Amino acid sequence: MTCDALIIGAGHNGLVTACYLARAGMKVTVAEKNDWIGGAAVSRELYPGFTYSNCSYVCSLFRPEIMRDLELPRYGLQILPYEGGVVFMENGDYLGMFRDHDANRREFARHSPRDAEAYDRYSRDIMRHCRFIRPLLMRTPPDPSSFKPRDLSELAYLGRKAMELSEVQISDMIRFWTMSISDFLDGYFESPVIKAYLAVSAIIGTALGPMSPGSAYVLLHHYMGDVDGNVGAWGFARGGMGAITQALKASLEASGGTIKAGHGVEKVLVRNGRAVGVELDNGETLHATRVISNMDVRRTFLKHVAADELPSDFVRQVKRFKTRGSSGKLNIALDAAPKFTALPEGAPNLRGDLHFTDTVERMERAYDDWKSGHFTRDPFQDVMIPTMIDPTMTPPGKHFMSCFVQYAPPRIEGRDWTDADRDAFGQACVNQINRFAPGFKDLILHMEVRTPRELEAEVGLTEGNIFQGELTFDQLLFNRPVPGYAQYRSPIKALWMCGSSTHPGGGVMGAPGRNAAAEILRDARMGIDMSDAYAVL
Amino acid sequence: MIARLHFNKHLLETPFYPRTAPLNKHSEWGAWSGHLSATGFGDTEMEYTAIRNGASVYDLCPMVKYRITGPDAVAYLDRLTVRNVAKLTPGGVHYTVWCDDAGKVLDDGTLFRHGPQDFLLCCQERHLPWLTDATLGFEVAVEEITETIAALSLQGPCTASVLSAAGWDVSSLRPFRMTKVPFDGTTLTISRTGFTGDLGYELWIGPAHALALWDHLFTAGAPWGIRPIGSDALNMARIEAGFLIAGMDFIPAEQALREDRVRSPFELGLDWLIDWNKDHFNGRRALIRERESRASQWSLVGLDIAGNVSAEGSLIYHAKQKEVGYITAALWSPTTKRNLAIAHLKRPYAAAKSDNLWVEIYALRELQYVKLMVPARITPRPFFTPARRRATPPGRF
Ligand SMILES: Cc1cc2nc3c(=O)[nH]c(=O)nc-3n(C[C@H](O)[C@H](O)[C@H](O)COP(=O)(O)OP(=O)(O)OC[C@H]3O[C@@H](n4cnc5c(N)ncnc54)[C@H](O)[C@@H]3O)c2cc1C
Repeated sequence: MTCDALIIGAGHNGLVTACYLARAGMKVTVAEKNDWIGGAAVSRELYPGFTYSNCSYVCSLFRPEIMRDLELPRYGLQILPYEGGVVFMENGDYLGMFRDHDANRREFARHSPRDAEAYDRYSRDIMRHCRFIRPLLMRTPPDPSSFKPRDLSELAYLGRKAMELSEVQISDMIRFWTMSISDFLDGYFESPVIKAYLAVSAIIGTALGPMSPGSAYVLLHHYMGDVDGNVGAWGFARGGMGAITQALKASLEASGGTIKAGHGVEKVLVRNGRAVGVELDNGETLHATRVISNMDVRRTFLKHVAADELPSDFVRQVKRFKTRGSSGKLNIALDAAPKFTALPEGAPNLRGDLHFTDTVERMERAYDDWKSGHFTRDPFQDVMIPTMIDPTMTPPGKHFMSCFVQYAPPRIEGRDWTDADRDAFGQACVNQINRFAPGFKDLILHMEVRTPRELEAEVGLTEGNIFQGELTFDQLLFNRPVPGYAQYRSPIKALWMCGSSTHPGGGVMGAPGRNAAAEILRDARMGIDMSDAYAVL
Repeated sequence: MIARLHFNKHLLETPFYPRTAPLNKHSEWGAWSGHLSATGFGDTEMEYTAIRNGASVYDLCPMVKYRITGPDAVAYLDRLTVRNVAKLTPGGVHYTVWCDDAGKVLDDGTLFRHGPQDFLLCCQERHLPWLTDATLGFEVAVEEITETIAALSLQGPCTASVLSAAGWDVSSLRPFRMTKVPFDGTTLTISRTGFTGDLGYELWIGPAHALALWDHLFTAGAPWGIRPIGSDALNMARIEAGFLIAGMDFIPAEQALREDRVRSPFELGLDWLIDWNKDHFNGRRALIRERESRASQWSLVGLDIAGNVSAEGSLIYHAKQKEVGYITAALWSPTTKRNLAIAHLKRPYAAAKSDNLWVEIYALRELQYVKLMVPARITPRPFFTPARRRATPPGRF
């Protein structure tokens, strides 16, 4: 039996592609190696009664256009905005974040009156960059070396957008896309803790330090999403990030698609330069008119496609595609809410992200550890307790805590991680939290510790890179994943890519999957209504 | 020091709150720069009438205030703002604007000169980074002191009489001048300034003396029907006076997302403030270029619109066809009996092609909007300038 589209991997992007193709009338099968679906947008119950967001933990990038096209709310998806955020400082004080503009200004003023009045202009400038980049998310990048009318007109579109900007804004933009977040923030703020808070988005999931050139763009990548039009805001998927992929699954099945979970694809079958199906690790063969890979580009082409089917130049570039992992994750079931001594009673800040690194310099030192092949003893953590807002994930009064940790290298001094390394890494993180919330350790009912090793083994993220490839400028737009192949196609006919390795990159965004579907349908001369990108403001 | 628990109250009460709260019959409050500010006290029409007939009191405390002191204060402010600060003598006040390097307006405000080296800048938006960065090379200190001064705006034709009944003779106080009088063991500053285009004064005092001032004023003002007003009534009066509000009538340059939203003083009709003969000021080169190459894109104008339906937010068309501008503030003016608006018009539709302007109005008629296309013509601002505004000594009513 041959299906019209066989998708390798039930990550959210694979499912988004599958949904659009099924809605257009294709017969779609998704083959997932794990017994569960979701890739890095997954919720599993590893401790009875507790649902985790095992990998990704907060949602903002996932495009509302896609939620609407695929009717995800109807299939159970609900996004909850959250409030708060705090940096605990070594001197016993803290910096809180508030949704209310005036409360936030006063809190900044506690640390620097000048910075309090600088924040609006900072936000304005970031928003300007968002306005430029956002419309590009839901478009196939042009191939600058091509003379096809489509590429020329898409290049012209980019040119026009750039022409709308003044010289001042163009130079701002070029500086922003290439500079470090540390330098960028120095242009606005003086308070170390304010800079430390704002620098976070620039290093999440990135093998860069806050002082590395190019880190400022990563901040934008985390800022260009929205929660119902509130640009830059983040939220939770009610029920955990797995709720997103569960809604996609339900939407897919409602339009006739099927998911086969439990057996990985061993190889892509190629005949006469054309993909014709896949072979699973249990020996089963699935035939398909086209094969679409949700795996990262290195895994797809270096592990599951015969090398002799590929141009050597392409292979060389794929090998060079940077997928250096930098992050780990702790998922913790808590018997009760932790008490952070610095925070006054009634402060809303625990309903947001909790940080324990109060200077950019400390973040950079943590990155130094990564460079020398160690996980850091003074980790930088982005901690959330989604159950402060989401009542569905644990029994009442109990909590789920998600700790995203930088930096953890893909290998320890060139050798593989051991279980002992992993446990020591987990302890360093727990100890840090315990310093600010005495007694925290005693609340732990169960803990899952994940290093790049676990992320690669389970989700298939090469080297544990959470974005299926770093978000540095050399790997964006028409250079993502590699020059000449940014339009979701590969050197093999009928073999497509739809994962985060493709434009516009990682995060639970769905845009790569949606854009890939648009290209596949165009190629198949099949039409379907897809929403265009919504405007920013 | 800001208390750690500040987050329990997002909008602060001003020092006058114990008096204004019980008087606010509908509890109509809005947010103004982090403070509770009355939008009305229960009857906007009567509040407006107090401005034009008797004496009205508006709580000005939330207005952002910067104190600028030091031997180079004049030179600094001359460099910062477009107007000539050296000409502003101690005890004087002037309205001014300041621009970014591209000559686009960052904000407008009033500058009070309390002493040779002592100024107070009052404005709508917050600018501490801009103001402190600009101190480079000047011996001057800039401090944000919004919450350390309580202020009331006393406006209306009888306000001189009210002050006189309160024991303060302001008969010789000319417009845009201030005087200081002893009160409640401290110094009360009275400036002949305001935002209504009428006779009026602003009163400035330490927050600890705010309630004493309020009580004294309301006792003295009773015969003239003194009453508190909210921002809705004030807004009516300020439109009649033709005054602009940052963030409502123009986007301050540092906040504009879209580059075409920013405006130069020429484009806001504020170029008359610029002193071209003084030394360099911020934005000067760009403004000279704009003037010489006639590069201004917009004009800010007053409109007199046919009919009596107020035209807030309306678009303006030339010959009913081409979109040439938009309205930022509008009202049916009770005092002038005209349908007025403040509008941005693309050039040349404010001058050479100013005939044949039309305004598209959505008129709400029993839950249903009706679209009107009505003619409008450009008319000078201020729309309302009574002689009593400037008369010195002021009349009794
Ligand atoms: C720890 C962590 C935290 C993160 N936090 C956030 C966050 O808070 N917010 C956010 O927006 N983003 C976050 N991200 C990034 C985001 O989750 C990912 O970029 C995104 O989920 C990737 O989605 P994808 O569909 O492109 O690919 P993936 O999710 O990687 O999906 C690939 C799928 O392919 C399957 N697969 C692999 N090999 C095979 C095979 N041989 N055969 C069959 N199937 C195979 C995998 O099991 C997986 O299901 C985080 C990522 C991680 C790892």
